Amino acid sequence: MMSDVPPDRPSAPYRRPLDPVSSMRLKTGLAEMLKGGVIMDVTTAAQAVIAERAGAAAVMALERVPSQIRAEGGVARMAAPARIREIMNAVSIPVMAKCRIGHFAEAQVLQELGVDYIDESEVLTPADEFNHVDKHVFNVPFVCGARDLGEALRRIAEGAALIRTKGEAGTGDVVHAVKHLRQVFGAMRQLTVLDGEELSSKAKELGAPYELVRLVAETGKLPVPNFCAGGIATPADAALVMQLGAEAVFVGSGIFMATATEQAAPEDAARRARAIVLATTHFADARILLEICEGAPGAMRGIAVSTLAAEELLQTRGV
Amino acid sequence: MARNEQARHAGESGSGFTVGVLALQGGFERHRGCLERLGVRVRLVRTPADLQAIDALVIPGGESTAMLTLAGDRGLDALRRFVRERPTFGTCAGAILLARAVDDPPQPAVGALDISIRRNAYGRQPQSSIRLGMLGDSPLEMVFIRAPRIERVGPGVEVLAREGGDPVLVRQGHVMAATFHPELGDDTRVHQIFLETARNPFIDRLSARQA
Repeated sequence: MMSDVPPDRPSAPYRRPLDPVSSMRLKTGLAEMLKGGVIMDVTTAAQAVIAERAGAAAVMALERVPSQIRAEGGVARMAAPARIREIMNAVSIPVMAKCRIGHFAEAQVLQELGVDYIDESEVLTPADEFNHVDKHVFNVPFVCGARDLGEALRRIAEGAALIRTKGEAGTGDVVHAVKHLRQVFGAMRQLTVLDGEELSSKAKELGAPYELVRLVAETGKLPVPNFCAGGIATPADAALVMQLGAEAVFVGSGIFMATATEQAAPEDAARRARAIVLATTHFADARILLEICEGAPGAMRGIAVSTLAAEELLQTRGV
Repeated sequence: MARNEQARHAGESGSGFTVGVLALQGGFERHRGCLERLGVRVRLVRTPADLQAIDALVIPGGESTAMLTLAGDRGLDALRRFVRERPTFGTCAGAILLARAVDDPPQPAVGALDISIRRNAYGRQPQSSIRLGMLGDSPLEMVFIRAPRIERVGPGVEVLAREGGDPVLVRQGHVMAATFHPELGDDTRVHQIFLETARNPFIDRLSARQA
């Protein structure tokens, strides 16, 4: 195993610090504590403070939010460490940061910086067309996106401690968040009625390790928490995905953006943030939800996902 | 009070005793699983009205700032009234919410437990750890996640468990708090202690009320 590693790749400090089981318990443990909550994309310390005051369970520190990346193009990379550190110093809640798919050196930098979670994210420009980061060798937990059960189980096999359905980031259109949640949950329900022989061929079809497929067939759920991301823009969107089975939500551009490129006024962003936080907790109570929706300011303008060309989609990166 | 005593009595005969788990945000699912494994009826609590239907409450880990925002002033008042009267157990963020004084940063709390607590005292997630502490005289595996530290324990507060010298499980009358996560392990002893506390009609509830 070690002989595969080039001698100058500094893997030693990142080897498993604990036995894998204990390490995974701590990593999924933090995800358990985020359940029922909202993780908000922020680009500045000021936005992070607005998010925390509105009741965010965590923030995601970014250079640009997905709608800006989509509009401006260019290569999207890990945020500057100084920016992330500023955000870490500004709030007491967990701070996550994104690395490019397969960019284990960005992940090493983020771990060294001390972030609480790394999102190996399709929103950034992938660094490796074929491989994801080997997340088992890191101390810091990883979250990864998935469109279906096969993707989710492949990421878990690589060491992801938390899955978020991908949706289509930066659009404010919830349609693919819904699609991906239904795909994951539908496939899990299906597994629970298959017999032993069928499970084996299903594992092949899903492109996922048999052991994980069997585990899902036995329990009917993923072995790690399952959150939702990509296009959530209103309190009702949050309630929708929570009722579909998401255990928490990531909101990216939906809080701090007015259009794809223009930021919302801070007071509007604060009210939107609070409304989405409340809706995520009270997702099953329509009476409270109505009150929340009545008090919420308008959502970002958004882009209908159906008008995007295939090559404009972020969700097809890193499957 | 009379209603409360009735509920408590029903609990002793094995039916009707319901433990609420505050589900504003955080680790409520694992607490529910743990309590259900112990044969207790569980109800998730999201509004002040939900507090009326339960006999005891667990406040889970999660983000205390998020829980405070979600509860609002009205929710925090309802929690204060509940905790004065009925058994409550807070873990991690729940312990922070129950404390008399909170540091890093200072923030409002229910104040039912005479302890001072410092948030994220061991560091961030990379410093989260699983350690062996002592529950009375017996070892107990403890999961600490971005854990707070109890820095002062008032005279009326019992220390039930320690880890490396730090108090990590404390009780004052019918109010209990842990800085670690008993719900993330298979060991149910800590939840059992809470249920025994909650069902004990002789527990000194006065001390917490005076606090």
